[in-house]
Amino acid sequence: MENYLSLFETYDVPAAFWVNIQLSFWAAIFALVIGTVLALFRISPIPSLQWFGAAYVNIFRNTPLTIILAFGFLGLFSVMQISLASDLNASLFRIAILGLALYHAAFVCEAIRSGVNTVPLGQAEAARAIGLSFLPAARLIILPQAFRGAIAPLGNVLIALIKNSTVAAAGSVATESSGLMKTMIEFRSDLVVPIFLTFALGFVILVIPIGLLTTWASRRLAVAR
Amino acid sequence: MQKTRYAAAAVAAVAALTLSACGGGDSAESEGGESGGEMVRIGIKFDQPGLGYDEGGTYSGFDVDVAKYVANELGFGEDQIEFVEAPSANRENLLSNNQVDMIFATYSITDTRKETVDFGGPYFVAGQDLLVPTDSDITGPEDLEGKNLCSVTGSTSAQKIKDQYPGVQLVEQPGYAECVTAMGGGQIDAVTTDDIILAGLAAQEANAGKFKVVGNTFSEENYGVGLPKGSTERCEEVNAAITKMIEDGAWEEAITSNTEGADYEFNADLNPPTPAPCA
Repeated sequence: MENYLSLFETYDVPAAFWVNIQLSFWAAIFALVIGTVLALFRISPIPSLQWFGAAYVNIFRNTPLTIILAFGFLGLFSVMQISLASDLNASLFRIAILGLALYHAAFVCEAIRSGVNTVPLGQAEAARAIGLSFLPAARLIILPQAFRGAIAPLGNVLIALIKNSTVAAAGSVATESSGLMKTMIEFRSDLVVPIFLTFALGFVILVIPIGLLTTWASRRLAVAR
Repeated sequence: MQKTRYAAAAVAAVAALTLSACGGGDSAESEGGESGGEMVRIGIKFDQPGLGYDEGGTYSGFDVDVAKYVANELGFGEDQIEFVEAPSANRENLLSNNQVDMIFATYSITDTRKETVDFGGPYFVAGQDLLVPTDSDITGPEDLEGKNLCSVTGSTSAQKIKDQYPGVQLVEQPGYAECVTAMGGGQIDAVTTDDIILAGLAAQEANAGKFKVVGNTFSEENYGVGLPKGSTERCEEVNAAITKMIEDGAWEEAITSNTEGADYEFNADLNPPTPAPCA
């Protein structure tokens, strides 16, 4: 037990989880924005935008996240020499956020589209009947209801995003929790199982409240029909 | 009716397997273990050129050569070896769960690891070093201040840099191949890990002539043969085999042939090592 507790003196486990939270936070915001725009594209009456939305979702949803993040490091950073900050590690951190956001935007888009499907067709027809064109109708009538219907699936995407933030190690953000776990296993191979359980428990603690919260919110905010 | 027929077939199949297993045991001795003989499972790296490398079903590298030699001395022919991938983080588990019998995978002997596994050897003493582009003027870790250095996530080498050279910008990647690719692109100034791993990377065909090993080691890593806890007898046998390999020249030949083209010389003060007595 003392052995186990000494781990926390040598290694800053909460700091590693904090990196995952930061990654997830920024990636979630960007993914929500991109995903909403994509959902608008997919429900818009313009075929080329519909096509673009569908193509984006199919490409990013079907590409493994590890490959997207490895491409961020090898492609964007190494070959194309793109840097998003003057500091090397800050730059890699932002590239990882970009990769996570682009990937999860595809899932956010589909979650919102499922929310749109909960809005009866009559709502859209009524919006057109009072003279609203596509964008105002989407902004004022469709999307507010769609978001309320999409809370549970969006929560699932957020949970997946938090867990997937560990893949950022593939994009060189080694300070996050799975990177620290690797370091700890390398140096304290006598405590492999406790180390593993610590990180598993950490993610359970992060994720369970989000599950509870979104379930509660989706019940509470669902549009009664 | 249908069911009983299946049952009969299953019984026959089981019987056939049992019989052939007996037959296999017999033939193993007479034919030198063609198939069905006793196998030895050896854990190696699959992704380290020059040490343990999977070339589509055949394995090459210094670790592999030592493993084959030692296995041969223990009475296992080459066709009785089953190579298993042993990534760094899994090595102790593979041994304690009895999923492999021995591990030759750049496995440094440390006191923490000795608590869960036994070590034969060492069969090589490596040292942390730097791999740099051929035209680079970096000659040691002191020149790295403000430079971009790449190593593998969670490795001993990465930790050493963090502890002793905080001014270095360290990038951590899942594997050395990614580090070397990034260095080829010019965004990384140096890659660090044990010298023999770097030599193996530099000797790869795709990298020939592009990179050089600096040759200024700043740590000592004793590569041992990982064995399950409590295998003192096996450890003695392994040590005897390693000693023999060093004496008959096969050891040096294995190093030279696996680092060919990398302009690499092992640290002759520490190599070849004398295997440590088994606990």
